[in-house]
Amino acid sequence: MKYLRFRTLWLRNSRVWRKHIMATLIGNLGQPLLFLLAMGYGLGREMQTIDGLTYLQFLAPGLVTSSVMYSAAFETTYGSYTRLSMQKTYEAILMTPLGITDIALGEIFWGASKGLLSAIIMLAMLPLFGVWPSVWTLALLPVLFMSGVFFAAFGLIMTALAGSYEFFNYFISLILTPLFLFSGIFFPLKTIAPLSRIFFELLPLTPIVTLSRMFCYGQFHEPWLLKIAGSLLLTLFTCWLSVIFLRKRLIQ
Amino acid sequence: MTSTQTPPQPTVAVAPASNDDIIVQVNGLSKFFGSRCAVDNISFAIRQGECVGFLGPNGAGKTTTINMLLGLVEKSGGTMSIMHFDIPGQQQEAKRLIGVVPQTDSLDPDLTVEENLLTYASYFNITGRKARARSADLLQFFALANRRKEIIEHLSGGQRRRLLLARALINEPKLLILDEPTVGLDPQARHLIWERLEILQEQGTTMLLTSHYLDEVEHLSNRVLILDHGKIVAQGVPQQLITQLVGIDVFVIEGTTAELDALEKSFKQCQATTERVNDKLYVYTQEDCSRLESLLKNSRSWLRRPANLEDLFIQLTGRSLRES
Repeated sequence: MKYLRFRTLWLRNSRVWRKHIMATLIGNLGQPLLFLLAMGYGLGREMQTIDGLTYLQFLAPGLVTSSVMYSAAFETTYGSYTRLSMQKTYEAILMTPLGITDIALGEIFWGASKGLLSAIIMLAMLPLFGVWPSVWTLALLPVLFMSGVFFAAFGLIMTALAGSYEFFNYFISLILTPLFLFSGIFFPLKTIAPLSRIFFELLPLTPIVTLSRMFCYGQFHEPWLLKIAGSLLLTLFTCWLSVIFLRKRLIQ
Repeated sequence: MTSTQTPPQPTVAVAPASNDDIIVQVNGLSKFFGSRCAVDNISFAIRQGECVGFLGPNGAGKTTTINMLLGLVEKSGGTMSIMHFDIPGQQQEAKRLIGVVPQTDSLDPDLTVEENLLTYASYFNITGRKARARSADLLQFFALANRRKEIIEHLSGGQRRRLLLARALINEPKLLILDEPTVGLDPQARHLIWERLEILQEQGTTMLLTSHYLDEVEHLSNRVLILDHGKIVAQGVPQQLITQLVGIDVFVIEGTTAELDALEKSFKQCQATTERVNDKLYVYTQEDCSRLESLLKNSRSWLRRPANLEDLFIQLTGRSLRES
């Protein structure tokens, strides 16, 4: 029970979320869906296939991962920072038996849950674009959740460091946007020179994009287990760091 | 006159009964922020059923001490326990038994009045029917029952404060920590809160109260601890402390420098201490000096009133502004 105390914060967030459900869903899903439409449908019709996939098919699984990234990271930056500073939610919670770790886990799992929900909705909408995910996609969901945990924890670290909302511009412009553009969502990394490719492959979103594409079409031509294990390690490490940073922020 | 030293604490091991009713025990507690000493080796105890007023100018170390008890600030030295739970070692266990009314409004603006209480209850693992019943009782007690479904934004300052109090009581705490519970409220709202706090006191709730409203502290506390520069400069029953350290009555006299000089001299006939602030003379009498009132008939304005906690506070901590 003690280790599940964080669920109460998760429930608090979900209670609030249910009140503004439409606004948050549109906020999280709008961008990836518009990208899919513009790039996949608009641009993709003129392009040749990549590894036997149409450009729309190539693009769709990666955009699903980007919606996880954005939903999770936005929740634990703008959302969490509001709770931290304006609403003093954490201050109030720290008067109760919940501790820093519970707050961090509650926020991270909440962010990850929102990420996963965005992914599920996106995946469910893909057939509208003529993209049919394979049955393996179900096994992808835990991977997407893990990726949500990673980006939520990353966002929470930014929140712990933030002095104002402006600080998140760094996070978005210098981290999230480059990850969105260079993690193999929009173009295949195979064609890149081997040395620079290593760099791109090591970006935290890249293995998730690759896994997403593999599971969506049931083509396991890359070492999927290694990618999952590596991402899992990185995720655990980031969660641990987020607890440390949040403690530094909240305890003097 | 008893000095401003800390009276010796009752030794903990005298009798098991006296040990059991200690709610808070702090020994040699210190806190340094860098090289600045915010709390300097303080010791005190709070017993079952007491309401202890924690006083001091801004920056005296009150909030730092409370935050150390709550685990929000790490101590630099000393020991603390709350109901025999070691702090910070057994912080979570202790927090089950504590209710806190924070100085800053930390109500959840995303939730309604009732949802605020239910959500807070869930942090204490109080859920379902039990939480709803407790929340309904508290809303009734704090005259908020008709605002149950209201969003926080629509509440008045007094209603918010009452809701903060209700929230602090959701876990039926043994110790209630009140940090400026009526700051910014009108007299009606303050009195309503005082009434409720008195009822809780009668029910045996132990309280630690900080406030800059010294009438509030005088009204509610059985005992005060006065902090300044991180040290306890006085502690005891308010009225006794006032009589011992300030006196019985206070004369406040206005006049020209020459008049006040003469009066200051005359008041030496009586057992009294004097203080000059701008064009005012303050006389703190340690005995009945009403016979000297005839001297004042030519003064521009004067009054005699009983000495109060504010006089004590100013006497111990000075008149200069504390602005960090």
